Amino acid sequence: MSAKIWIVLQQRDGKIQKMSWEAVRAGQALAADLGGTAEAVLLGSGMEEAGNEVGQCSLGSVHVADDESLAVYTPGRFARALEAAIATAQPDYVLFPHTYQTVDFLPGLAQSLDAALVPEAVSFETVDGSVVWQRPVLGGKMFASVRAKGPGPVLVSLQSGAFSADELEKGSAPIETLSLDFAAMSADREILRIEEAIAGEVDLSQAPVIVSVGRGVGDAEKIPIMQELADALGGELGASRPVIDSGWLPRDRQIGSSGQTVTPKLYVAAGISGAIQHLVGMKGSQVIVAINKDAGAPIFNVAHYGIVGDLHEVVPAVTAALKEASES
Amino acid sequence: MRIAVCIKQVPDIEARLRVSGDGTWIDEEDLSFVINESDGYALEEALQIAERTSGEVVVFSLGPERVREALRKALALGAARAVHLKDPAFLGGDSLSTGRALAGALAAGDFDLVLTGSQSDDVGFGSTGTVIAGELGWPHAWLVMGVELDEANKKVKVTREMEAGMNEISNLDLPAVLEIQAGLNKPRYASLKGIMQAKKKEISEPGPGDLGLAPESLGETGAKIEVLSVAFPEAGKGAQIIDGDAETAARTLVEKLQKEARIL
Ligand SMILES: Cc1cc2nc3c(=O)[nH]c(=O)nc-3n(C[C@H](O)[C@H](O)[C@H](O)COP(=O)(O)OP(=O)(O)OC[C@H]3O[C@@H](n4cnc5c(N)ncnc54)[C@H](O)[C@@H]3O)c2cc1C
Ligand SMILES: Nc1ncnc2c1ncn2[C@@H]1O[C@H](COP(=O)(O)O)[C@@H](O)[C@H]1O
Repeated sequence: MSAKIWIVLQQRDGKIQKMSWEAVRAGQALAADLGGTAEAVLLGSGMEEAGNEVGQCSLGSVHVADDESLAVYTPGRFARALEAAIATAQPDYVLFPHTYQTVDFLPGLAQSLDAALVPEAVSFETVDGSVVWQRPVLGGKMFASVRAKGPGPVLVSLQSGAFSADELEKGSAPIETLSLDFAAMSADREILRIEEAIAGEVDLSQAPVIVSVGRGVGDAEKIPIMQELADALGGELGASRPVIDSGWLPRDRQIGSSGQTVTPKLYVAAGISGAIQHLVGMKGSQVIVAINKDAGAPIFNVAHYGIVGDLHEVVPAVTAALKEASES
Repeated sequence: MRIAVCIKQVPDIEARLRVSGDGTWIDEEDLSFVINESDGYALEEALQIAERTSGEVVVFSLGPERVREALRKALALGAARAVHLKDPAFLGGDSLSTGRALAGALAAGDFDLVLTGSQSDDVGFGSTGTVIAGELGWPHAWLVMGVELDEANKKVKVTREMEAGMNEISNLDLPAVLEIQAGLNKPRYASLKGIMQAKKKEISEPGPGDLGLAPESLGETGAKIEVLSVAFPEAGKGAQIIDGDAETAARTLVEKLQKEARIL
């Protein structure tokens, strides 16, 4: 029995994002492992160009659901369209990029299909024809290996960076129209507008050095020691989400999946555990230094240099050492 | 408005974690437990809406005996009563079977709004609220950073986070499930009076039969995924750890940034 693998791509204004290409690569790899075929699915309105772009990958086919009603994403329409398509074609695995949009509708799709749901997979292994997925738990401190049980499709969302879009196999895939009863699908929310969340006063993307503050700093009164380090390095302050949520720094300093993405020459993370939502915003930095009292914090897996210790001692010591070095 | 909030009790993971005997989870013996971060924001939002609309907040949690402490805390913060799904048949589920159980308990409550957190800090499925919505047949929104009720309390205007600093603003018909993201309000602290009053508030403990749910559709048995093992990430490829007291380590770091990484 050969496996049928579907990859549902996400696009915005006809543009396909990187995470979707990573998902296509994952689908190709899974198909190769299981001896099956990978096929892409694209939902939207005016999808001709995007469909052709996907068609340049090595895939069995590209199924395009092109309808006015899919121009703007709503979970109701997207989940119902996919539910109908999956029920008919019966793929064994359906892969998605683990984006905020996917997380918004995928559980509802799994539930209506009575399908297994594996959110946020970062890798897989095939063991005797069954697939074991690894996914982060406990803030990325540990990873769980999970497997679907029972019959029915397995729906998997893939975390950013888990697979490499650079390894995508090129080819030529036929484009097929996914004809569905769009009129029967209704939106379950009325979209009023899409707008910028943060009035971007601080553009951290250009900063050569970022000193980033995590919850480990303890409270707002301790921010000045971080500012002094940033000043000594000629850099800017950044922060993890809880620091912003607590009101210790303004929202335009947030780094991560719902904040800014930065790639400075030097990124110093102090009191930051290294949850994936933070890592996606900074892991492209040239040199990463982590200061954390917990030697098991996942930030040490992406950092180049690490100091295990209390940031209230280490951060002022680094500031002092920098001053010392510049004087000598 | 009648508002339900689903709160999950999760381990405080700053502690040293150890893999449990059977290898499929962590040893919970020496851990302390807290209310899941985003659920705390969901509870605060519910309490504020209830105060504005002379409504009532009921909290729901699925989990073993220890979860009672989290429910007591929510009652101390202002929830009127609590529902604890503690029957062993409920436990060990994935988001589908956990959501099914919670929806079963919520269905009888005649709620206008169900609030959940966006993601649990332990298993992190980010799915349970959406499953609850599906079971109830209600609209939902994940990653909610703003909740605004219309005057008739028939609709809610929701601000939902998207990637890269964008927000989606939409209207949902009530009843609805909103999955609250951390940061949309400022959670309160419990008062002494609240803590005293909480002792008298009801915590009911319905079993699967009371909710009309078949035990085999619940918990570990009803789950569609199974956890084979948990493990720490492979060591080796991580950071170069700089040893020594703070001063020594700081000096070594600066030297390495100058001479090895050549970025200063
Ligand atoms: C949909 C979604 C989107 C998100 N978007 C973002 C985002 O854009 N950006 C983001 O950052 N997060 C985001 N998050 C949150 C993310 O999952 C983590 O919760 C968050 O990054 C954790 O922040 P933290 O590392 O500062 O805090 P914690 O995880 O609490 O870590 C604190 C760390 O400080 C250390 N520490 C404590 N005291 C000290 C001390 N004295 N000295 C040294 N170290 C100390 C601890 O060992 C610990 O490792 C998002 C979450 C979700 C669900
Ligand atoms: N066992 C539980 N008891 C109560 N609420 C839960 C439980 N599991 C999940 N939830 C709710 O669902 C949200 C998302 O959880 P999860 O799908 O595990 O990431 C949480 O923030 C809670 O509000």
